[in-house]
Amino acid sequence: MRFSAGDSVRVRLDDPVHHTRVPRYLRGRRGVVAEYQGDYPLPDTVVLTNGADRTTQPLYGVRFRAEELWGPGQATTEGPFEVWVDLWESYLEPPGERS
Amino acid sequence: MTGDHDHSGSAIAARVKRVEAAVIAAGLTTEAELDRVLEVLATKASPRNGARIVARAWVDSSFAEAVLADANAAIEELGLSMEAGPPVRLKAVANSESLHNLVVCTLCSCYPVGLLGPPPTWYKQPAYRSRAVREPRAVLAEFGTHLSQQTEIRVWDSSAETRYLVIPRRPEGSDGLDEDGLAVLVTRNGLIGTTVL
Repeated sequence: MRFSAGDSVRVRLDDPVHHTRVPRYLRGRRGVVAEYQGDYPLPDTVVLTNGADRTTQPLYGVRFRAEELWGPGQATTEGPFEVWVDLWESYLEPPGERS
Repeated sequence: MTGDHDHSGSAIAARVKRVEAAVIAAGLTTEAELDRVLEVLATKASPRNGARIVARAWVDSSFAEAVLADANAAIEELGLSMEAGPPVRLKAVANSESLHNLVVCTLCSCYPVGLLGPPPTWYKQPAYRSRAVREPRAVLAEFGTHLSQQTEIRVWDSSAETRYLVIPRRPEGSDGLDEDGLAVLVTRNGLIGTTVL
């Protein structure tokens, strides 16, 4: 397992043409790992192989501040909020790295 | 502009029938398995299930702790499970004076159907799905839910293997009610987090 709760992470900038579970609004955004949820088949691979390859990967709940997603103004007008999203390990990288 | 926009019941039914035949022929499922899932959905999937979980959490603090720690295990006590659809993790998230939870699925319409019944149309539409993660307070206001600027909002985007259930705050003035009486107060939108009770 590459990450654990409390780690800062960045969502990779990948924009694959195939099925993926990275909501595009998270590409390149920094968040903090909230929890490890278990190991689950990576949907990208499952779909690409028509269900044949169900190799699992750690899945994490990751929290993102509104300011990080939408700019500093958004939390000012909206009030404080966070978005929590479940992301597979290969969708993430340490914040210093650039895929 | 003909076939693509024909949403008549018979066209959809014919399409479903063809898809069903194709997935059964491909060995992805069986008629018996489809019947079983549809039977469970038709007879058991209801927001009453979610309401029972919330009412139990309000009256039983050890259940409340258990359901927040491991919801799949805790709801068995009520005879409930996440078995209606594919096996998924259930996570209950509790509202408090300073925190409000809201559930969305920006990628499609993931939702704990067995505990909430079929999702409302707005839950599946792009407007809700795109705005809930960007301006949740404005979206909540349109549902008549006006939160103070101090309340932190946590939006849960169910993008993977976990389904989320909001445990709303117990309404004021409900002290005299028993568990069944409390369950009646819990609405579907309260379980999604678009309203407070």
